[in-house]
Amino acid sequence: MPTRSVGENSMTVTTSEVFEIRSGDDVVRARQQVRVRAIESGFSLVDQTKIITAASELARNTLEYGGGGTMLIECVDDGRRRGVRLTFEDQGPGIPDIERALSDGYTSGGGLGLGLGGAKRLSNEFSITSNPGQGTRVTIVRWK
Amino acid sequence: MDRIPILKLGSALLVTIQVDMHDRLAIALEEDLTAKIAATAAKGVLIDISALEIVDSFIGRMLDNIAAVSRVLDAETVVVGMRPAVAITLVELGLSLPGVKTALNVERGMALISRRIDADAVSRGELDDRYDE
Repeated sequence: MPTRSVGENSMTVTTSEVFEIRSGDDVVRARQQVRVRAIESGFSLVDQTKIITAASELARNTLEYGGGGTMLIECVDDGRRRGVRLTFEDQGPGIPDIERALSDGYTSGGGLGLGLGGAKRLSNEFSITSNPGQGTRVTIVRWK
Repeated sequence: MDRIPILKLGSALLVTIQVDMHDRLAIALEEDLTAKIAATAAKGVLIDISALEIVDSFIGRMLDNIAAVSRVLDAETVVVGMRPAVAITLVELGLSLPGVKTALNVERGMALISRRIDADAVSRGELDDRYDE
C-alpha cells in the first residue's frame, strides 16, 4: 500500500491515543475527544469547530463505508506551532477512485457527498491512502 | 432510545436541540417532527440549535430535509441560534442550507412564523371577519 504521512518532518507528538469507531455513539465520543484535545492545544473557537466537524465527517465515513475502524488522535508540535493530527483507519472495501471521492456531490452511500472533500477543506493538511479490498487511511492536521 | 422533545406553541412547533446528537437521534427527530406537523396542522416549526457545537453534513441534511418536508405539509421551518463558528464551518464544508430559513434568535424566528400564520389567517378571511365586528 503506498503510504505518505503528512507533516512528518521534525514533528513532536506530545500525546497520542486510539479510539475504536464501531457505532454512532463512538462517532459522538470521537468528536468530544477531539474537542478536548483541540482546547488543550489552544485552538480558537472557530478552529475547534472546524477540526471537530472534519472529525465527525471522517469518523462517519469510517463507520459507514469502512465498516468501522479506529481514530488516532495526536497532539503535535513542529517547533513553531501546536496542532492536532487525526488518523482514521479502516479495513473496509477501500475507495477505487480517490479523486472522484474527493469531489463534492459524489457519494456511494446516502449522504450529500461532502464528507471527504469537506474534511479536506476544513484541515490544513490532508492525506489519503486507499487500496481496494484493503481499507482506507485518512490523516488530517489542523494547526493552531 | 432518547427523543428530542417537541413543544406546541399555538400553531407552531418548537424544538430545542440541547445534546450532541448521534445520527439515529437526528433521524428520529426528523420522523417525530413530520408526524407532529401532520397531527397538529402546525403552520411553523422553530428549531433552536444554539446549543449545537457543530453542524456536520449529516445534521445539515437533516435540517434541509425537515424544511423540505414541512413545506410540503404547509408549514414553514425556521432554524435559529446558529453559532458564528458553526456558520463559518458549515459554509467552508460546502453547505449553505439554501432551502432552510434562518433567524438570529428565537424571538426573531417566532416573529417570522407569526407573520406567516397571520398572513394565512388573512387569506382565509378570518382576520377580516374579526376586524369587521
